[in-house]
Amino acid sequence: MIDVDVAVIGGGPAGLAAALSAYRNGAKNVWLLERNPELGGILPQCIHDGFGNFIFKEMLTGPEYAQRYIDEVKKTGITVKLNTMVLEMGPERLIAVNPKDGLLDIKAKAIILAMGCRERTRPQILIPGYRPAGIYTAGVAQRYINMEGVMPGKKVVILGSGDVGLIMARRFTLEGAKVEGVYEIMSNPGGLTRNIVQCLNDYDIPLHLSHTIVNIKGKKRVEEVTVAQVDSQMTPIKSTKRDISCDTLLLSVGLIPENELSKMADVAMDPITGGPVVDEAMETSVSGIFACGNVAHVHDLVDDVSKAGETAGKGAAEHISDKIKKRKVPVIVKGGRNIRYVVPQIIRNEDFDKRITFYLRVNDVEEDVKLVLLSGEKLLYKRKENVVKPPEMVRLTLLSKFLENVGNELTIEAQK
Amino acid sequence: MKKHRFVCIDCPLSCEVALTEEDGKILEIKNNRCKKGEEYAIAEFTNPVRILTTTVRVEGGILPVVPVRSKGHIPKKLIRECMRELAKVEANAPIKCGDMIYENILNTGIYIVSSRDLQEDEA
Repeated sequence: MIDVDVAVIGGGPAGLAAALSAYRNGAKNVWLLERNPELGGILPQCIHDGFGNFIFKEMLTGPEYAQRYIDEVKKTGITVKLNTMVLEMGPERLIAVNPKDGLLDIKAKAIILAMGCRERTRPQILIPGYRPAGIYTAGVAQRYINMEGVMPGKKVVILGSGDVGLIMARRFTLEGAKVEGVYEIMSNPGGLTRNIVQCLNDYDIPLHLSHTIVNIKGKKRVEEVTVAQVDSQMTPIKSTKRDISCDTLLLSVGLIPENELSKMADVAMDPITGGPVVDEAMETSVSGIFACGNVAHVHDLVDDVSKAGETAGKGAAEHISDKIKKRKVPVIVKGGRNIRYVVPQIIRNEDFDKRITFYLRVNDVEEDVKLVLLSGEKLLYKRKENVVKPPEMVRLTLLSKFLENVGNELTIEAQK
Repeated sequence: MKKHRFVCIDCPLSCEVALTEEDGKILEIKNNRCKKGEEYAIAEFTNPVRILTTTVRVEGGILPVVPVRSKGHIPKKLIRECMRELAKVEANAPIKCGDMIYENILNTGIYIVSSRDLQEDEA
């Protein structure tokens, strides 16, 4: 058995930041376990720019952003294990395997979950029709084009307006393919406004809101898809059905946190975020197991993922040096009116940090709202927002002294 | 007087900047949360520019392509022509992040550089 201080599962942006932060906060023997042959997670295939605006005050591409963290990790004594798959996990214990070391039985004083998320696929959204070649999730097509140098198709229809789908609409167009259109079942776009502008509008790619795909045709290769408008109940309207000829269908229909290992260790899950319930140090319900990045909840911006990694790394380092003092009464954080979820879901520590950042998403687009923090009837904090949108995560950072006299429950809501 | 609305793409805040002009003369810029929003709106109105990111072919690397970026903005109307130029390029591994891939593309004064390290394929 190998004894380590902190084991980090996943070498993407969350894991890189978490490992660095654990190390810098005093953890000596930090292991970073990554199942790919290189570090960086999804970033090496995200070749577009727009990363790092908050952390580096620069617009970096995905690979450049990853490179900065990888270079920092190389300067430390962090042990990086590539091609390493974690098979099993329990409190303080990991079983992993790689071709060089064989089976690794690891005892860790703290574990940080940073496994990220994966794409929702066709079976998860139940599109009827044939099962021909030519149907890809947006991220798979992104890997083909940007890393393998392969074009998956020439005439493309995109279902879903998530950011990766929008980015790929532009990428396919630049590489000479025709993108027929982006179809989104919701009445609002799923991706960031800036991506609608620079990926669709710049290239005259139409975005069809309140539309979905009701059939896929073609036996060997996709030949046509049938699209239809949907009503307010999201039921396709028969009379609006039309066939579109294409050889490729891209799915950009959401991301799911990858939590098989977390469940194995009996970590309590939040059914809304799809990730573990965490406190402000990113510690889960199981003492010594932390979670950060897209494994905890799906982020829009890598900068926020890195920040969460930093918090988890600090939490893990302080956990093993017994620096964290728990509050007598934990505070349950709840989402009120028009709030879909809030992370962290619980506040348990005293003086963990000078400030607490709440990450939240709204249910519906709303203009001119006040975001308020309530303890019972008592107003602790409020902030005006011109507009809130479901795809754009809201950050609320407060000095922790605001929460000194809070009871055992805290509600964040959007007030009209 | 004519009003234009530009969604700033400089950062994820996506400010909806309002620009008012008369006969091509900018009279007012508002609703931007920082200086960049103003610069963006002026550029969008006069000469829209973009960062170009794409890949070029690689000989002898662990991957067949390497991601590249423009080191600075390129006029939007030249993006497709830049793509055609870069389709002709083949870089040689090993490559370091920031290595020059194409100098002064289409006389814009802008360099195209690699955006990752790419090792040689030893197999």
